[in-house]
Amino acid sequence: MTSIPLKLPFKLNLSRPTNPTGVMDWITTIDHKKIGILYGVTAFIMFITGGIEALLIRTQLAGPELKIVAPDVYNQLFTMHATTMIFLGVMPLSAAFFNYIIPLQIGARDVAFPRLNAFSYWTFLFGALIMKSSWFLGGSPNAGWFGYAPITTTTFNPGNGIDFWIVGLQVLGIASLAASFNFIVTIINMRAPGLSFMRLPLFTWMTFITAILLVLAFPVITVALIELMLDRTFDFNFFNTKAGANPLLWQHLFWIFGHPEVYILILPAMGIVSEILPTFSKKPVFGYAAMVLAAAFIAFMGWLVWSHHMFTTGLGPIANSVFTITTMLIAVPTGVKMFNWLGTMWGGDIEFNTPVLFSVGFLSMFLIGGISGVMHSFSASDYQQQDTYFIVAHIHYVLFGGAIFAIFAGIYYWFPKFTGRMYDEKLGKQNFWLMFIGQNITFFPMHFVGMQGMPRRIFTYDSEMGWAFWNGVESFAAYVVAFGVLLFIINMIKSWISGPKADGDPWDGRTLEWSISSPPPVYNFLDVPKVESLDDFWHKKQKKNKSVKSKTNPKSIHLPQASYWPMLVSLGLAIAGYGIIYNLVVCGIGLAMVLVTVCAWSWEPVNEPDAH
Amino acid sequence: MSDETTTGIDNRKLLMWVFLGSDCMFFASLIGTYLIYKGTGNLDIGPVDVFDIPTTSVSTFVLLMSSMSMVFAYAYLVRNNINAFRIWMVSTIIMGATFLGFQVFEFSEFYFHYDLSPQTNLFGTTFYALTGTHGLHVTVGVVWLAIIFYSSLFRNSVSAETNLDLDLAALYWHFVDIVWIVIFAVVYLFGTFPGFPS
Ligand SMILES: [Cu+2]
Repeated sequence: MTSIPLKLPFKLNLSRPTNPTGVMDWITTIDHKKIGILYGVTAFIMFITGGIEALLIRTQLAGPELKIVAPDVYNQLFTMHATTMIFLGVMPLSAAFFNYIIPLQIGARDVAFPRLNAFSYWTFLFGALIMKSSWFLGGSPNAGWFGYAPITTTTFNPGNGIDFWIVGLQVLGIASLAASFNFIVTIINMRAPGLSFMRLPLFTWMTFITAILLVLAFPVITVALIELMLDRTFDFNFFNTKAGANPLLWQHLFWIFGHPEVYILILPAMGIVSEILPTFSKKPVFGYAAMVLAAAFIAFMGWLVWSHHMFTTGLGPIANSVFTITTMLIAVPTGVKMFNWLGTMWGGDIEFNTPVLFSVGFLSMFLIGGISGVMHSFSASDYQQQDTYFIVAHIHYVLFGGAIFAIFAGIYYWFPKFTGRMYDEKLGKQNFWLMFIGQNITFFPMHFVGMQGMPRRIFTYDSEMGWAFWNGVESFAAYVVAFGVLLFIINMIKSWISGPKADGDPWDGRTLEWSISSPPPVYNFLDVPKVESLDDFWHKKQKKNKSVKSKTNPKSIHLPQASYWPMLVSLGLAIAGYGIIYNLVVCGIGLAMVLVTVCAWSWEPVNEPDAH
Repeated sequence: MSDETTTGIDNRKLLMWVFLGSDCMFFASLIGTYLIYKGTGNLDIGPVDVFDIPTTSVSTFVLLMSSMSMVFAYAYLVRNNINAFRIWMVSTIIMGATFLGFQVFEFSEFYFHYDLSPQTNLFGTTFYALTGTHGLHVTVGVVWLAIIFYSSLFRNSVSAETNLDLDLAALYWHFVDIVWIVIFAVVYLFGTFPGFPS
């Protein structure tokens, strides 16, 4: 279907980039593979900055009554550490995989809306810069990653930090929403012929479910953020307790978003592991349908548990009991997945290389985090654990030992596909063991000090409390983790530049991305594949069909063309964002820029008619 | 890029549906906030004092009729009757703008006559935020329809085969209309209904 060739009442002539090179190529690219790499590299840099913030926190806590950072800086550190890791680290690292892998796994030449995809990346980048620039512009947000109102209202928090947090999160939210719209449509509508839903690779399934969660959850926090922004900027009363505002409103809105958000963080990781384990166990995934249904059930139940973050706010015994039960229920489908992964490996001819080590690391760490999760799902016992280091231990077992380990596994697994080169296996294994041992020594003792009553978010503690020994151990081990990450960076840079060449299918892979060369050509598939079963590529390899040489001429494939507009729209959003913090006139200018560039974008055809 | 999709549904149409699903959650959160705060805080001025149900019923009726007019516009476009299409487009746009006019009138009435601002109390805060957000949605819709109408004035730029742009705009327009029905019921009718707890 073609669209109405709309006529513009004014002329916007910025001639389209034709065959851009160098920096211009990266700025105007709409190739999902390049955008995936931009996402990955940017998010990894953000992950490093979040890691530095973590090290500063651990250094400050290494001994009792240390004065390495001031208390108010400490508040900013833990707020920025969590905000960074969640919104600028794990989520965009997952998005990097979505971008690079999904079109390849479903046999498509690109995503459904390539320019929207570029827009997602640039908006993410500007959102990240807004958030991080707060360090240099008078102080970062300091109210925790959940930013509870009313403590974030101007009455209690007059500085600019919270404004950076509000604006940054909204810009990042736009990026995530745009990306999720795109991936939902892509997965529904761009599948290769024969690739029915129950033949989709599990990573694609997890991406699909994650994207659905995201489009439903992000509007809720967006409304909460807008309400807080209206309060702070225009003196509305949403969180003004003097006007009778309910201090629990924010908590409800935030956690209705916040709990689905944890599945937004973990489901892609589960998808990655579900790709790696079958490949290296040389077996199909055990219980494919159960895996899909379990994930769908987890995603659905994720909406019915938010108040387990609020057990101690006095919702009453009925509410607490209900949310205890719904929360515990989620352990069931999670257990199903756990057993399916074990079943996949059971009896398999497992090759313990770096991706498998990280995946097995994920299974064991996520299991421990899951068990402590069930412990505080029980509202009576949560009264003791709420806001202690026990929770910090839990969150890091599921997000560091869980999500980050799986993401590292995925980077190693698909590294040959991304770069056309192999990583260094020895360095990879050293990287794994340092991170695995380091993470356990860092986070396991937090269970102990948490049970002894050490609260979260305190900048120091008294030597009389008896927490000094374990805190010292944790801080030391945090540097071990950091050293492990350093080895990872060395491995990546070294291998990207000079690693041995990898062919298209170095792992005897099962899914479509392995059926093409590494790195894939710009058009991905010369001929769109025809899919006949789950793990279609693997089955076709078993039949040893001589692949027929394709007669398609790559030059005949029309790909969407590069465009300036996505980046310029994002830039307009960033200007509007800073405008809200500093000056409403600037905000208006930014919004006007968004309006003009969005129009120019809509009138720019996906392909110039004369460029064939 | 081939224009065919796996399901046969156009990508942009699917995108619109997903966006509307997301937008549902957006309005649900705003309406939720309104309901949580209903009847709390400073009650010196509230729904019973300011709402003029007959007037708002008229504007609601106008918006409802604009949806019907939208259906006619689309039907005539599909039948390639461009002149009738244009007439119904104009009528849709005028009715949308009329609704916005009513809202401007209502806001200024509340603000100048009753001294109700978003800063006054929780009712003011939640009422203006919710209905203002809806008004913004209507404004976007009116502008969108106006652009399509404007381009239809040029030869061959709008025809039955290329009805998707109008289809998307119509989908959006009906959605915004439905949201208003919910707001009108929850905020206006339940807010002033005598037996209903306020
Ligand atoms: Cu939760």
